[in-house]
Amino acid sequence: MRKGLIAGVVLIALVAVLIWFMRPDDVQTGEAPPPLSAAPQNVIEHGRALVNLADCQPCHTARGGAPFAGGRAIPTPFGVFYSPNITPDPDTGIGAWSAEDFWRALHNGYSRDGRPLYPTFPYTNYTKISRRDALAMFEYLKTVPAVRQPRREHELRFPYDQRMLLVAWRRLFFRPGVYQPDPHQSPEWNRGAYLVQGVAHCSACHEARNALGAIQSSTNPAGGLVLNWYAPALTSSREAGLQHWSEADIVSLLQTGRIGMSAPDEPHAATLGPMAEVVYESLQHADPNELRAMATYLKSLPDVEFSAEPRRMRISSAGLAGTMKRGAKLYADHCARCHGDNGEGKAPAGPPLAGNRAVTMSSAVNPIRIVLYGGYPPGTAGNPRPFGMPPFSPTLTDGEIAAVITYIRRSWNNNAQPVSSTEVARNRTGPLW
Amino acid sequence: MRLNPKRSHARRCAVVFLAAWTVAAAQSPSPPLDSIDQRVQPCMVCHGKEGRATSDGYYPRIAGKPAGYLFNQLINFRNGHRHFPMMTYLVERQSDAYLQEMADYFARQDLPYPPPQALSVPPAVLARGEQLVMEGDASQRIPACRSCHGARLVGVAPAVPSLLGLPRDYLMAQIGAWKNGTRRAAAPDCMAEVAKDLSPADVNAVASWLATQPVPENAKADAEFAEPPPRQCGSIPDHTSTSAP
Repeated sequence: MRKGLIAGVVLIALVAVLIWFMRPDDVQTGEAPPPLSAAPQNVIEHGRALVNLADCQPCHTARGGAPFAGGRAIPTPFGVFYSPNITPDPDTGIGAWSAEDFWRALHNGYSRDGRPLYPTFPYTNYTKISRRDALAMFEYLKTVPAVRQPRREHELRFPYDQRMLLVAWRRLFFRPGVYQPDPHQSPEWNRGAYLVQGVAHCSACHEARNALGAIQSSTNPAGGLVLNWYAPALTSSREAGLQHWSEADIVSLLQTGRIGMSAPDEPHAATLGPMAEVVYESLQHADPNELRAMATYLKSLPDVEFSAEPRRMRISSAGLAGTMKRGAKLYADHCARCHGDNGEGKAPAGPPLAGNRAVTMSSAVNPIRIVLYGGYPPGTAGNPRPFGMPPFSPTLTDGEIAAVITYIRRSWNNNAQPVSSTEVARNRTGPLW
Repeated sequence: MRLNPKRSHARRCAVVFLAAWTVAAAQSPSPPLDSIDQRVQPCMVCHGKEGRATSDGYYPRIAGKPAGYLFNQLINFRNGHRHFPMMTYLVERQSDAYLQEMADYFARQDLPYPPPQALSVPPAVLARGEQLVMEGDASQRIPACRSCHGARLVGVAPAVPSLLGLPRDYLMAQIGAWKNGTRRAAAPDCMAEVAKDLSPADVNAVASWLATQPVPENAKADAEFAEPPPRQCGSIPDHTSTSAP
């Protein structure tokens, strides 16, 4: 009797959960599509600019492959995703899609065949794109050369390969909805918010993912670990927050990939890793007015003080002193020539390390990767011959790299946590980006 | 993928590298900061000071190689025709003009070569290597290396590289990569055709003989081919266009 009752309650609960998950209210149709006939060339040009800002091409193009034909591997904690072909090829691309199909994908996250899309495709951001803009993007994509290239299946681990689980994921984390302007803000601010939150999908990297996202998000409360790099928080002036920058400096960084290596007290930054790709492929080609709008909005983001410091490393003061001494020697041998004896930097080649938040932010992932793999900021029209950082992974051990980064993070008024050789070792794996 | 294959080896290298770096720093002044010399510093960790190669036996010398060849390789890393993740990572977001400037810098370097590697290789293997390099093997459809890489094997400007002064491991890795398609060049990919016809034993013979040869005094690439090369090569555009049937 009692057992039957429990079973009945469980059954009712299961049915309720199922009904809740299956409710069809995660789909919106948006306002009616505007008439297209007036100026198709303008529409296509408008769409091209949006596709550029949405950075569609780099993800949908394999190295050395045809633009938009897909096949690029996107490594994630859940397995490897392969981007699909979005050229107008009718069989392997989106040539047979209607504007309605495209809208459903961008706004609602469903493929043409009704299957839910994985959020690696950032429809959680693109849902904010207006129907008019989505249509223009579709019109532009119809003009790129059609390429026949079948889609490569994703290689995902169980249970993430069970696409139907996305029904639950969507229910928990996704609400479709076009961006709604804030009437208390200026048109420029609203344009910037629309671009940052929607089209340019900045939060896809710059915000921590939850338990079903990046695995290290618990120790990095506001930024995100993406493609092995740490995308610093835009809501913290200790990380990548731009609250105290001038609008012109923000635009300059987004456009050229580098700013102000000359004076230590000026804002200075260089983009590396995935952000270098965003600048190189997308932002440097964007209309400066759009970048200014983004800057207006980014400046206005709240500056959140992090309460949760990352786990502190247990290390004796004697051990730390030894590490600092080793680090100082390594710094003098390998770093000082370009970064200065006291981390003051040497213009124009070596940025300052003293007071450099790329070095001092809680996550040490980026400093570790920069020392391991070096790298050049993107070679943009505004900075066509960038200086580069040498890669030290072939010549320095994990312990040496940990020591020199610890030294840099704790010298010249820098006051960040030490770095362990284990953390350096962890960053020796995985694809470079 | 682990980029540092042998940790203990890396440690040894680090010691050698540190010593070499310190000595070099003491001997020569640093380049001016706003210069191409400064801009290519990242290359020198692996390829050695001024691109003259390090002693670890893998990373190739790039100093003095023809500019067209070096530029083609940078482009091949950028578009995925050659696979070495760190190279691709370093060059993937740079313009043709900047990569050409880097290639020109290293092509300009005219530096003495170290003595060739001392390898213990059976004389028969060396003899087979020498035969393939100097004469080829018509029965295996293998042309002589020298018929494209120059009579002195120092390359032909602007796009055919020298075969001398390179470690055996590097030579074997490259021919192997061509055999299995992980290294490619512009079509028609003549080197891929030749590599596919080489047996593993012949790859070893050719690489061993080449790695043990001294580099001649004047190691600059020849200005032109003595005779038309025996194959069509996409990376030698002039040759392809002028001698195409």
